[in-house]
Amino acid sequence: MEEIEQRNNNGLKEGVISAIPVIIGYFPVAMAFGLLAKTVNVSLLDSFLFSLLVFAGASQFMALDLIKAGIATGDIIIATLLLNLRHIMMSASLSVRLKESKKKWLLFIAFGITDETFAVASLKKGPLTRAFLLALQGLSYIAWVSGSVVGYLVGAVLPMTLQSSLGIGLYAMFAAILTPEIRKSLNVLILSIISGLIYFIIYYFHLLPSGWDLIGTIILSSGIGLMVLKDEEEVI
Amino acid sequence: MKSYLPLIIGMMAVTYIPRLLPLITLSDRPIHPRIKRFLLYIPYTALSALIVRGIMQSGNIGIPITLLGIGVAGMVAWFKGGMVLSVLTAIGTTFVLFVIL
Repeated sequence: MEEIEQRNNNGLKEGVISAIPVIIGYFPVAMAFGLLAKTVNVSLLDSFLFSLLVFAGASQFMALDLIKAGIATGDIIIATLLLNLRHIMMSASLSVRLKESKKKWLLFIAFGITDETFAVASLKKGPLTRAFLLALQGLSYIAWVSGSVVGYLVGAVLPMTLQSSLGIGLYAMFAAILTPEIRKSLNVLILSIISGLIYFIIYYFHLLPSGWDLIGTIILSSGIGLMVLKDEEEVI
Repeated sequence: MKSYLPLIIGMMAVTYIPRLLPLITLSDRPIHPRIKRFLLYIPYTALSALIVRGIMQSGNIGIPITLLGIGVAGMVAWFKGGMVLSVLTAIGTTFVLFVIL
């Protein structure tokens, strides 16, 4: 019992620390969402509900764009589904590492799977505990929802230079997660190169409709990896 | 002001379901080793694709500065380690470059 409690405490602390870069990235981006929502005449309550119930950055920005263009509700929902297909692969990948005996917690954990929380959680060292995930996702969620409301109410965002720089922080975070793995493993280097190249080619030549580009790249490059790489017997 | 509640509920459903279904159907189930390996490759391929997307869609900040910012984060992570430090260094570098150039 004590051991489990100890592990959960460690997980909680680790989760809080791991959430810091996500929070730094989410808050200003969410503020921009709030402000933009206001400019396309979405009410404060609806803007809040978007972030509270949907919790998907790219989809929410896209929805505002489509609302502005006068696109019908059903079409916006279909576009959102396409954009979110990539999370099928992320959720499936997390299921392999997550040992959770109580299924009800999966309902919460699933809600919090975003590109950023997945990136942090999926390559975390050691066991992936519920405490870690809920701390990481919960704090990221709070940053996202509160940022949206603050952006709406303040009616202004940070200076563009600062906001853009903070936005880069999320991609910097992806790089900071990936490079130590590349350093350790040739397989990871090869996978990263294959995937980066495939995404670039698909994006540059518009080979897949937008929304399919990420899930297409993930399936294709992981599949190629499966064929060309030998199992390193890594403890991932 | 128009209410967007139907849209929000619809978007919630199509966002939540793809995040939920694989997790509840696959966890605690024996998975073929090849499929497991495929799934364990996904964090790396997803990250690399997301990084390239971030560079291509860098918007007003421009591809060169974005590349430099991300590169700095990679370098710090490679030589020193630590996600928070890498991210803060990258943000600082990007900001300084953006203001100067």
